[in-house]
Amino acid sequence: MKKTGSGRKKEFANPYTVTKAVTKGNIITKLSMLVMGLGNIAHKQIGKGIAFLAVEAAYIWFMVTSGIYNLKMLPSLGWREQEKVWNEKKSIYEYVAGDQSLLLLLYGIATIFVTLAFIMVWRGAVKSSYEAEVLAKEGRHLNTFKEDIKSLFNQNLYRLLLAAPIGGVLVFTILPLIFMICMAFTNYSKLDEHLVLFDWVGLENFAKILNFGDSIGRQFYSVLGWTLTWAVLATALNYIFGMILGIVINRKETKGKAFWRFCFVLSIAVPQFVSLLIMRSMLQTTGIVNTLLLKYGLIDQALPFFSNATWARATVIIINLWVGIPYTLLQVTGILQNIPGELYEAAKIDGANAIQTFFKITLPYMLFVMTPYLITQFTGNVNNFNVIFLLSGGNPTGVGDTAGKTDLLVTWLYKLTIDKNYYNLGAVIGIMTFVVLAIVALLTYRNTASYKDEEGFM
Amino acid sequence: MSKANDTAVTGAKVRKTITNVIVHVILAILAFIWVLPIFWVVITSFRGEKGSYVTTFFPQTYTINNYVKLFKDTTILNFPRMFMNTFVIAIFTCIISTIFVLSVSYCMSRMRFKMRRPFMNIAMVLGLFPGFMSMVAVYYILKALNMSEGSMIPIALVVVFSAGTGLGFYVAKGFFDTIPKSLDEAAIIDGATRWKIFTNVTIPLSKPIIVYTILTSFMSPWIDFLFAKVICRADAKYYTVSIGLWKMLEKEYIDNWYTSFAAGAVLVSIPIAILFLMTQKFYVEGMSGAVKG
Repeated sequence: MKKTGSGRKKEFANPYTVTKAVTKGNIITKLSMLVMGLGNIAHKQIGKGIAFLAVEAAYIWFMVTSGIYNLKMLPSLGWREQEKVWNEKKSIYEYVAGDQSLLLLLYGIATIFVTLAFIMVWRGAVKSSYEAEVLAKEGRHLNTFKEDIKSLFNQNLYRLLLAAPIGGVLVFTILPLIFMICMAFTNYSKLDEHLVLFDWVGLENFAKILNFGDSIGRQFYSVLGWTLTWAVLATALNYIFGMILGIVINRKETKGKAFWRFCFVLSIAVPQFVSLLIMRSMLQTTGIVNTLLLKYGLIDQALPFFSNATWARATVIIINLWVGIPYTLLQVTGILQNIPGELYEAAKIDGANAIQTFFKITLPYMLFVMTPYLITQFTGNVNNFNVIFLLSGGNPTGVGDTAGKTDLLVTWLYKLTIDKNYYNLGAVIGIMTFVVLAIVALLTYRNTASYKDEEGFM
Repeated sequence: MSKANDTAVTGAKVRKTITNVIVHVILAILAFIWVLPIFWVVITSFRGEKGSYVTTFFPQTYTINNYVKLFKDTTILNFPRMFMNTFVIAIFTCIISTIFVLSVSYCMSRMRFKMRRPFMNIAMVLGLFPGFMSMVAVYYILKALNMSEGSMIPIALVVVFSAGTGLGFYVAKGFFDTIPKSLDEAAIIDGATRWKIFTNVTIPLSKPIIVYTILTSFMSPWIDFLFAKVICRADAKYYTVSIGLWKMLEKEYIDNWYTSFAAGAVLVSIPIAILFLMTQKFYVEGMSGAVKG
């Protein structure tokens, strides 16, 4: 791994590094470490220089007005409770707002984010100043602001295209995630009334969840086992049946391809939670399926679709097939049609039969293109909130348990946070889900062909 | 000699016909299973008997009152408004996330830069966390940005539904990877910029995947109800359809609203189904019209 890493560094090597700027830069470059953009302005890159300067001013303003306070409060997460204070002048009690640990934690993390982003811009500014200096000294061309903008549409297109998506991910995925991860190390929970003010507690929550003796720990291992079973079965069955269906529909001899595809794909058109709620109401003890079966004397008593653990587990897996196969079908259809026709023609000339072409051409091609899809499906199934929550609600649930027999880690996480307000335990479960997935995904993903050799199938 | 050949040919033909018949019968049975629940919703939406408990598959009386109720009885659950809310949110989400997904996938597939591999690894790692784990945090971030109250709620929902979509680039990237690189190279020789290649070469060749992206992103606001529930809280004015329908199945409403729930489900499915009918064409054509490797 290290080898490819250094190879990448060499491939994208930039001769203008921060270290070089510090050691070899002239006085203006060194000053632009304090006053960002100075070097650019000095070399007539006014637009760029002013942009750097503006970023610096904004950051300093932010830190002075709130950033420094946020960082200061992070280690303690606040201690002042809300108080009632007698106001002599108005003769009333006034509430003095106390600290809210949750907000302090969030703002603290956000400040760290802003600071990291600032450091990156700062590095960019220093490098840019040094580059301007060197280029000017060598008498080479310095990009004007207009040319910089133009390059965003050509060799630097990725910066333009990625800016917004990455920004969105940073603020609405990574920031909240780190926030929740931090929560796992606190006592933010309804237990002992720590919903307003809470503290760091280290690994206490992890110890509780991983402990076999504890009731929470015992449930954790049982939920974990079922989550893995569910994910493997759901992913594999969906893929296999979906692919078979796709190939069957795509056969030359199959009539009305569009019609068949439409029938299956129609179920995607219905919002998933609607079809799941419908299924649930159909499969209830008094639902239409049981009612009809009883009416025609096919069964003596209602089938326990969601009240018996084994039945419930089988039911959710089968219904998930109904939900998932059309998606696989959609995927498979596009890819099947994308397989280069020459491959099949060549195989035909070489005298290969249908089964050989399937195993030698279709399947390797599908796996090549679809391994990332399969991995996302697997993780999607481990985190498949909708199907479990809307169908069985995790039931049946044992007495005194917080997790039911069909609960996945993620639905248990929901119950722990939303229903019980054990935010810290919920966060630990979230991290555990991640750990499980990370192990599985890294092992498989690293070994797939499409990750190692992205350049093409052939 | 030629006669034996003939029988062999007809034998193979018969066998082929039999396989074909079997295949079509199996397809028909499966299609029936897949369509059945949808059919059930449709007939339930026209059912005259109230409540969720029934003893016959087909309704005993038919009525369109369930639909009328949805549009007339707007004091408690204002379905038309929910519908419009979701529709507007879905359109904006769809535009933003399609742009995001295509941009990211194109960069990951076609451009080479320092942060590419790290970004792909980070994206993969992020995909491993339960999406909803961060929900509580997202709510507080929106609150800090003053986006959690009143008329900002729809904007907040658009942001929530589309902000993270850049991470879902795998499928589109896999597709872009199959478009021959020689096309790009030819365009570069002709003096095209990267932007030109993206808009004039890659995008026109990628109809199926674009349609797929549009579809999935358009549907996310209709499907999701958890995020919508957390962000709207009790502000019924900004409810999306999914929360509305979910409410109809709550204990206090189910007896009165069950059949209207079915009606609502039918109405919600219609815009998505229409979109589907329009886009079906692209799936059938697939890549067969595009460049062959």
